[in-house]
Amino acid sequence: MTPAARRALVVVAAALAGLAAAACREPDGPTTLRFWAMGSEGELVPALLAGFEREHPEIRVEVQQLPWTTAHEKLLTAFVGDATPDLAQLGNTWLPELAALGALAPLDAEIAGSPVVAPGDYFEGIWRTNQVDGAVYGVPWYVDTRVVFYRRDRFAAAGFAIPPDSWPAWLDALRAIRDEVGPERYAILLPLDEHDQLLALALQQDDPLLRDRGRWGNFRSPGFRRALGFYLQLFAERLAPVATQVQVPNPWEELARGYISCFIHGPFSIGEFRRRLPAAQQLTWATAALPGPSGPGASIAGGASLVVFRRSAHPRLAWQLIEYLSRPEIQRAFYALTGDLPPRRTAWSDPRLAGDDQHLRAFRDQLERVAPTPPVPEWERIASEMRIVSERAVRRMAAAGPGLAPAERAAIVDAAAAELDARADQILDKRRWILARRGAP
Amino acid sequence: MIARRGAGWWFVSPALIAIAVCFAVPVIAALALSFTDFDIYGIADRHDVRFVGLDNYRRLLAAPVFWTALRNTVAFVVVGAPLSIAVSLATALLLHARLARARAVFRTALFAPVVTTVVAVAVIWRYLFHGRYGFLNYVLGWFGIDAIDWLGDPRWSIPALIVFAVWKNFGSNMIIFLAGLQSIPDEPYEAARIDGADRVQQLRFITLPALAPTMLLVTILTMVGYFQLFAEPYVMTRGGPAQSTVSVLYFMFEEGFQWWNLGFASAVAFVLFAIMLAGTLVQLALARRWSQP
Repeated sequence: MTPAARRALVVVAAALAGLAAAACREPDGPTTLRFWAMGSEGELVPALLAGFEREHPEIRVEVQQLPWTTAHEKLLTAFVGDATPDLAQLGNTWLPELAALGALAPLDAEIAGSPVVAPGDYFEGIWRTNQVDGAVYGVPWYVDTRVVFYRRDRFAAAGFAIPPDSWPAWLDALRAIRDEVGPERYAILLPLDEHDQLLALALQQDDPLLRDRGRWGNFRSPGFRRALGFYLQLFAERLAPVATQVQVPNPWEELARGYISCFIHGPFSIGEFRRRLPAAQQLTWATAALPGPSGPGASIAGGASLVVFRRSAHPRLAWQLIEYLSRPEIQRAFYALTGDLPPRRTAWSDPRLAGDDQHLRAFRDQLERVAPTPPVPEWERIASEMRIVSERAVRRMAAAGPGLAPAERAAIVDAAAAELDARADQILDKRRWILARRGAP
Repeated sequence: MIARRGAGWWFVSPALIAIAVCFAVPVIAALALSFTDFDIYGIADRHDVRFVGLDNYRRLLAAPVFWTALRNTVAFVVVGAPLSIAVSLATALLLHARLARARAVFRTALFAPVVTTVVAVAVIWRYLFHGRYGFLNYVLGWFGIDAIDWLGDPRWSIPALIVFAVWKNFGSNMIIFLAGLQSIPDEPYEAARIDGADRVQQLRFITLPALAPTMLLVTILTMVGYFQLFAEPYVMTRGGPAQSTVSVLYFMFEEGFQWWNLGFASAVAFVLFAIMLAGTLVQLALARRWSQP
């Protein structure tokens, strides 16, 4: 190579380096934040973002709407393909999984320094669904829980102006209703293809569902067996039909028709009742918080959170958007837009939420008593096994009829609990291996 | 000669490369996957994947739900596939009959279920099957038959899915049979009539033997299709009640794409492949024996 050629090469290299440096610099236009939101939230949230973009002219938010059915798969493939967004809405049962993958950025420092996100203002059980191994990975965006939807006339006829708040009194009320309406009609509906109802009863117990930091199932604990026993008793005494959602796809009209007198469902049912029942029947139904073993009981801490991805290039801006969406007044606007219940107590002071809507009172009350599920990625799988095993136990119990001796009932409960522990332990095998390898406590 | 053979390889090479890339590589990769415990942790960190040898297969064969799924699938194939073929053949014969009027209308109407979306018709069939309000039970009531809880009783869920699947699928085989029937010349029938053969004899000794190649194709395609039972339980019952409609493919889908146990799900896929291969080989052997004079 001649010296001239070498010099030319150096010049070209220097020019290329300069170009590369220029390309790396932030462009002058607004920064784009990529925000993934699911279902109707994804559809409706852009209406709220205009205010944020006015406050931050340097940021443009690009919302991508994912359908719930494919969202989970999309998130995982995006993680593998290094294409995760800056922030996203995440169902809070998915959070432990994505946190275990290392896809999410911990938010403890941001929360500690935030004037807006005050952990104490959030319902405690909901807040805890965002904690994995001591770190916080999400800020609750809206909440979902399960309460009782019931027919006022049936409970009144059974001698209860409002549904009682403890299990023994509940059994009395349901038995009285059954004696009144049976045998073709039932006091309560607990669909066998849903695990929420049994899960809520199990979360009311002091015993955790998994033990030793999520290494082993804890279904043989007295607490879970008590919950399962109560659940199975409702079928054994023919208080609940042995039925799935395929058989009772429309619980709202079945309640109006009298086939069932109550069921356990989420805020979504309020809208369904209003939409499906004629005006004259709107006063026939009401909501109540879940009963517990000996007084008001806990329910499920559901809902969705906002998370920042670890690979986001603009984590600070993403956090600013989360703060904006967490302001109580924005949460009220969000409720007005979507009907999603806010996770902060101050947002509930809105008259529409606080007093005007009698049906929401039970939710407000219940949200003070919601409990998170174990924060392990395997939990959804274990919950699904819980449903399968309990369905089998229900069918055994129902086939044996109401005359089954208490000892035989206890045997069915114990067998199901042992089976569940065996299944959970097998599912958690990989987790135990990984925790041991990482030297986790 | 050798040069020409070389040229031939060049001509087929694009197709071979496509097959290698789109078929052989994924199959080999899936086979390799089935010897590991690749799962959600493996997605995060490749070091969390363990080689487990035949453990997945061992665990699979020890899992009661796999045998339930296999039993459900076999019941679906053994009852559903012949029923579907019989209905297809019967409707094809009716449409082909000399006396049939408005053939095009019936052909279209009978074929219509095939082109409908399974999710949409599943909604309608769920209503038809409903235990208390369903039309099917209403009709059965006319004959004094007690209401059947089609989709709620674990004993009746597979029969319900078979009825649904046969209704949904018989049209495509019907068209194939119809094409086969139309290719049979008239002369053998004329000769048979002169010899005094009645209609049943004509069907037995002319139509069915002439349809044998079509029949072989249809049985293999139908069997393979019915082994891959998935959409029906997925949209109608979600595997319930009491896992009575979980099929092998449904089980694989849940393991793979709901729980992300991709290693284990690959093992399920290979076991299903082995079963279907065996079933097809048996059919081919039977067909060879029958076609020998």
